[in-house]
Amino acid sequence: MGVAALLCTLFAPLAGSLALLFINRDQTKAIRVTALVISILTLGASLLLLPEFDQSQSSFQFVIDQKWIPAFDAGFRIGIDGTSLLLILLTTFIMPIALLSSWSSIRKQEKEYYVLLLLLQFGMTGVFLALDTFLFYVFWELILIPMYFVIGIWGGKDRIYAAIKFFLFTLVGSLLMLIAIIWLGYSTADHVFTADFIKLQAAGPMIPFEIQKWLFLAFALAFCIKVPLFPLHTWLPDAHVQAPTPGSVILAAVLLKMGTYGLIRFNLQLFPQSSHYFAAAISVLAVIGIIYGALVAMVQTDIKKLVAYSSVSHLGFVVLGIFSMTTIGLQGAVIQMVNHGLSTGMLFLCVGVMYERRHTREISEYGGITKVMPRFAVMFAIAMFASVGLPGLNGFVGEYLTLLGAFQSPVLHSWSYAIISASGVIFAAVYLLWMFQRVMFGPITNSENLSLRDLNRSEYWQLVPLVIFIVWIGVAPRTFMNLSEASVKALVETVGKVGNGH
Amino acid sequence: MGIDLFGSLPLVVIWLALGGVGIVIQAFVRDNTRLVFGYYISTLIATGVLAAITFGHTGLTFDGMVTMGGSGAYFDILFCVTGVLTMLAARPYLQREEAEIDEFYTLLVSAVSGMMLMAHANNLVVLFVGIELMSISFYVMAGFFRKSIRSIEAALKYFLLGAFATGFLVYGMALVYGSTNALDYATITSVVRAGTTPFPMLLAAGVTLMAVGLCFKIAAFPFHQWAPDVYQGSPTVVSAFMSTAGKAAAFSAFIPAFTMLMPVGAGAAYALNMQLALAVIAAVTMLVGNISAIAQSNVKRMLAFSSVAHAGYLLMGIVSGTAAGHQAIIFYLTAYTFMQLGAFVIVSILERENDTHLEYADYAGLSRTHPVLAFVMAMFMFSLAGIPPFAGFLGKHMLFAAAIDSGFTWLTIIAVISSVISVYFYLGLVVKMYFAEPVGEVHHINPGTAALTLGVAAAFTVLLGVLPSVLQSMFTTFH
Repeated sequence: MGVAALLCTLFAPLAGSLALLFINRDQTKAIRVTALVISILTLGASLLLLPEFDQSQSSFQFVIDQKWIPAFDAGFRIGIDGTSLLLILLTTFIMPIALLSSWSSIRKQEKEYYVLLLLLQFGMTGVFLALDTFLFYVFWELILIPMYFVIGIWGGKDRIYAAIKFFLFTLVGSLLMLIAIIWLGYSTADHVFTADFIKLQAAGPMIPFEIQKWLFLAFALAFCIKVPLFPLHTWLPDAHVQAPTPGSVILAAVLLKMGTYGLIRFNLQLFPQSSHYFAAAISVLAVIGIIYGALVAMVQTDIKKLVAYSSVSHLGFVVLGIFSMTTIGLQGAVIQMVNHGLSTGMLFLCVGVMYERRHTREISEYGGITKVMPRFAVMFAIAMFASVGLPGLNGFVGEYLTLLGAFQSPVLHSWSYAIISASGVIFAAVYLLWMFQRVMFGPITNSENLSLRDLNRSEYWQLVPLVIFIVWIGVAPRTFMNLSEASVKALVETVGKVGNGH
Repeated sequence: MGIDLFGSLPLVVIWLALGGVGIVIQAFVRDNTRLVFGYYISTLIATGVLAAITFGHTGLTFDGMVTMGGSGAYFDILFCVTGVLTMLAARPYLQREEAEIDEFYTLLVSAVSGMMLMAHANNLVVLFVGIELMSISFYVMAGFFRKSIRSIEAALKYFLLGAFATGFLVYGMALVYGSTNALDYATITSVVRAGTTPFPMLLAAGVTLMAVGLCFKIAAFPFHQWAPDVYQGSPTVVSAFMSTAGKAAAFSAFIPAFTMLMPVGAGAAYALNMQLALAVIAAVTMLVGNISAIAQSNVKRMLAFSSVAHAGYLLMGIVSGTAAGHQAIIFYLTAYTFMQLGAFVIVSILERENDTHLEYADYAGLSRTHPVLAFVMAMFMFSLAGIPPFAGFLGKHMLFAAAIDSGFTWLTIIAVISSVISVYFYLGLVVKMYFAEPVGEVHHINPGTAALTLGVAAAFTVLLGVLPSVLQSMFTTFH
């Protein structure tokens, strides 16, 4: 049952995207509805995983191990643990919302668009499911193609530049990761190539530190570009600003999480010694990213760019939590990944709502929007406060735990990481509140803003589900954190045990 | 010894069909291109089928000069398939260019027969005959547009440089013969492995000269200069055929020749030096091919440079010198054949009179005007760039794995860097096709039988990427 649900979660979007090919391109309504229905069914399938998932178990569940390419032992090996389950649920939850928001924001070549979006979902789900390095790589790269087209065809003015930059940045990292995957595959005890993650888990810590170091770096580079970690972040603002609203939502909510997920799944799990060795260096970059992202966000005049830089800052907390290598820090990182997906996704939706009405994202063009769109103001405020990290909403939980983890961390040996990062929370309050003030409050200076419509029904359907979860995680995070607790604990234990040996 | 008729069937059939029946048909039947076309396409199909039947029947024939079955038979199938696909694409193209003359098909099949001889060679002389048979057919095909100055230039350039390279090759063969006192592969191998030659310097010089000759055929740096001009000037379908089947044939000769001449693992120091030298050639070839391709605005020329770069990737398998490396080459060649051929065929469909409609700019908005062509072309481009889930990625993965396993990680890193460079111009075309608005009038296109070629090429580009195991298990039987 669980295995069937997992397969449905993975393959339903692919089947859907193929099915869409057979619908006449003029029947846009049918195409939209089919895509949405498929994504909702996928959400349903992924929810069926929950009752069967054993929270107390730290190992992988619902494992499928089928032969695929025996010549280099690549298999169709999938399975989930708590961390991947949370991210899969995030993916299946965000997709219907993103598809719904596409109804109004995507107006040309709709058939291709929905085909690509479902293909994207297939790739993203696969990344979180794969227990095979080769399969993981295929899914990882598969995502590039649909996202590239989504930015390039339906994006803004400089979409081509942004699309190519996105593609090239990711590819540089991932090809070096491919070399590492191959090298890693040959590093088993008997020198027989394998791509089986379970086997590699045993082999990874045995690799001599001199080599392991390089493998760690190759993997880390690929993932840190995706996160993105300072100073590899420059593709993100371009991609975010140019992508259409649903593209930004998916990019922020899910694609960036692939990087942090990879750090946990591969870097920590396979190379514990190197993780210890590099923890401080990566954490320094994470802290710089937190502060830098926040400072740059502060001076942006474009709302979408501001939110994009805020992502750089927020993802810094996730990376800091991961490399604190404490249970608390990692748990915080995992929940912060979900949080960022929800709150930044929602911020992008809100920016999209305004953009559709005014076709500008310049902060100076707005002002006093609360008066004409009071309901929207509430939603936007919730998203903004969630992103700031207001206690009672989701962002607070994740940031608090990652900071706590960094504070106690046995590998970082210093309070300064936590102390400096904490100031990032203050900066977040500054840039988000200031932006909100300039956009929403004050007198209406621009006459075009006088006649804006408030939220319509479709927009409620997009935003309200997000609000529910933002509050839920803020008030009762245990519901979600219990899912990942066992696997995170086990990971921290193994890393702690072998990690000091370098 | 002697002749094993069953195992030699593919070779015998194609020669009889060509030299016996073919000539008679052309001598007595006038102005019936359809007949000639049909006759040669069935010849190729029959040869391919026979190769498939004799695949498991390995051994030697013609007094040990020619191998049977195994990898040779596999290459036969590949050449025949490429030949059939090229012929299907060539017919509408040549008709449109008003240059459909029977001899085109004869030359094409004669080139295929040369390639088959190369893949089956177990003797330096046989190899030489095969290479010449293929090359001379190519020289004529390159100049097949008699009225086009570019086509003639391409043919002349190819001929002169090719003749020069042949000189190197045959001189190398002579020196190898002189130092080992043998022409057949088995004896040369044992002499090289045992290191019992009285003239090690001569052997080294011979091997180097042979490497030069073969590097010319695969268009590896620094012997790649002819490729862009020839591929750009030749009729597009001929470029398609030369850059795919021609390259595959050169590698089908390269693999056994260097298994023989480069005794990897025999403890000889010079084997390591050779590996290193080839690795440097491979590295520079990839970089030069890809970097030059960036600067091109002509799609045909871009594909020509890309074919140079792909020779570099393929050389990685030779460098590794392992069975896995050779299997990777064969797999990548198969994948490469379909994607490169497909890309060239699309170019040939969109091309207009007098070498027009070949620029990147002419592909603007193709996704609107000809969505299917744009889609298939994008697939080929992603595959050439090595993006999963297409065949090109899997082939690259196998080559990388072989190189890393034999200690050439640095070469793999260079391959990766040049792959990233290549993405720029492959995607550049996708950008034009999908992100730019169409300009100018929309040409009506009529792909005719070329559609079949595209369908097959596209299907294999995906199939080999997703389900490669069938081929791979076949390769493990080669040695």
